[in-house]
Amino acid sequence: MRPVDLVKFTFLALRRQRFRSLMLLVAVGLGVSSVVVLTALGEGARLYVLGEFANLGKDTVIMLPGRKETSGGMPPMTGTAARPLTLHDADVLARTVPGVTQVAPMVMGNGPVSFKSRERDSIVIGTTGAFFTMRFMEIGQGSNFPEMGVDEGRPVAIIGQKLKQELFGSTRAVGQWIRLRDYRYRVIGVLAGTGDSFGLDLSEAIFIPVASAQTVFNIHGLLRIMLKVGEHYSVEDVKSRVERRMTELHDGDLDVTVISPDAMLSTFDDIISVMTLGVGGIAGISLLVAGILVMNVTLMSVKQRTAEIGLLKAIGAPAAQVRLLFLSEAILISIAGALAGIVAGALLVYTGRQLAPDVPFTTPAWALLASLVLAIGTALLFAWLPAQQAAEMEPVDALGRK
Amino acid sequence: MINIKGVNKTFVLGDSVVHALNDVSLDIEQGEYLSVMGPSGSGKSTLLNMLGLLDRPDNGQYLLNGIDTFSLDENERARVRRQEIGFVFQSYHLINRLTAWENVEMPMMLSGVAPRERKPKVENILEKLGLARRGHHLPNQLSGGERQRVAIGRSIIMEPSILLADEPTGNLDSKSGMEVTEILEGLNRDGLTLLVVTHDNVMGDRAQRHVRMRDGAIESDHRHDETGREHAAG
Repeated sequence: MRPVDLVKFTFLALRRQRFRSLMLLVAVGLGVSSVVVLTALGEGARLYVLGEFANLGKDTVIMLPGRKETSGGMPPMTGTAARPLTLHDADVLARTVPGVTQVAPMVMGNGPVSFKSRERDSIVIGTTGAFFTMRFMEIGQGSNFPEMGVDEGRPVAIIGQKLKQELFGSTRAVGQWIRLRDYRYRVIGVLAGTGDSFGLDLSEAIFIPVASAQTVFNIHGLLRIMLKVGEHYSVEDVKSRVERRMTELHDGDLDVTVISPDAMLSTFDDIISVMTLGVGGIAGISLLVAGILVMNVTLMSVKQRTAEIGLLKAIGAPAAQVRLLFLSEAILISIAGALAGIVAGALLVYTGRQLAPDVPFTTPAWALLASLVLAIGTALLFAWLPAQQAAEMEPVDALGRK
Repeated sequence: MINIKGVNKTFVLGDSVVHALNDVSLDIEQGEYLSVMGPSGSGKSTLLNMLGLLDRPDNGQYLLNGIDTFSLDENERARVRRQEIGFVFQSYHLINRLTAWENVEMPMMLSGVAPRERKPKVENILEKLGLARRGHHLPNQLSGGERQRVAIGRSIIMEPSILLADEPTGNLDSKSGMEVTEILEGLNRDGLTLLVVTHDNVMGDRAQRHVRMRDGAIESDHRHDETGREHAAG
């Protein structure tokens, strides 16, 4: 039998049972689209986290105050430690730990920033010039903080692109004096571009020297210290050296957590990949259910068309051909269902991207392929039994039954 | 050429065993026209199914054009059915979703003949059966007589040597029944072996050879010569 004739014959048979075929198509389509959508969610989350960490660079370690006693848990992102991190700690680490080339201590808060009559509530980050190099942030206009001691305060500020627009519009910002709470700062630089970091839009932030920020917010401790690892040093070595040095500084207590983004990144990557696989697998089960539906429908079709099977045999169709005719119906419908499911799923994923532009929802290629193979494979597998029944019927029995 | 010898077929129906064919022997020459008659349950349909390789006898011998059909497996039997045998059924057995044209074309389509070769053949057969204008109608848009003619078209498209008709006029009124009978007889005059199983004495009497069955056995087998006299056949 020619493939064209086979497809035509099959199509006519499916069209005869329009409603049944449509329902089957919907079942397969739902299964495939759920695989497409759910894996896209997982993959989107993975890529999102990956992107966030990419801002940090592989040669950076982050030190947070406080320590999780249990191992394997998430490190405390907002630690309330008995002993805070201080500028002194940062200074000592920078000067004494081999492999640490730069330190960027960080203090964070909120405050009203004003220029003339315009005022914006904005994020205030106290840090050093090293922060921008470590986070791969470029200063578009003006310059970075001047060389100065870590514990030295100066009335200078670098502002984000968006904040600059809001305060200054298109006029020049560099050299102007702005006000933050009761203090005045001279704008010495404006960041280029926008930068999202863990949900924080840094283009809306104002950066001032860390010692100045401590004064503004009247605090002593640091939120965290970022340390840059020298080119020829291993991140893990430097990490343990930093831990040892901190233990000495803090009277024998290791009360800080040092994390390397790379290690965290691979952990996150693993976790989310497994989650995506799991979620995709659950969606895959719905395809299996669709497969059982395919079997039922084919079984029904074989029962209803017994006389036709008898006729096919009488006019000389061999068993393999009869089987092929019924298998083709299942395969054709599952291909159509899978394609419909992919289109529907892709539309949903696209809608999701429009709703949340930050998260790069994408269905991974393996999921697309797997759902197709699974849809067609289960259809074939489950239709085989009824198709085989049809193929094995005795012609005289089949013809006799109505 | 059909030669069957000592063929038996039994069915088990509940507790009882039915002897559908009881030591049946029959020789049919190429081009013969014979009718098989007998009461219900006499085994005439079983004989037809067996001759058409739709059913297997329990024992005996069946040579079809010299082929020993007992040694064939199911695929080979399918091939022989496709090439040598045409079936016409009382209930037509047309596929309702296919047009008259497609129903006639189906055996060629199943055996993979190219559409280019199929077209003139189907056209020719529909023309010959007076269905030239009905080709694109579905079976349920056709009269009983037309449906049976479509079924005949389907049975002869592969140019078989034997046509087996099981009550071909059973569902038809006498006028269209006669038309169908004449078509079948016309095919027989062209050289096709025609075997008709029927209840209808009028139709049965038209054949040159009459086989009567009772309780699974051949009761009588007569040939009519030109003068209308009967004499035993075989």
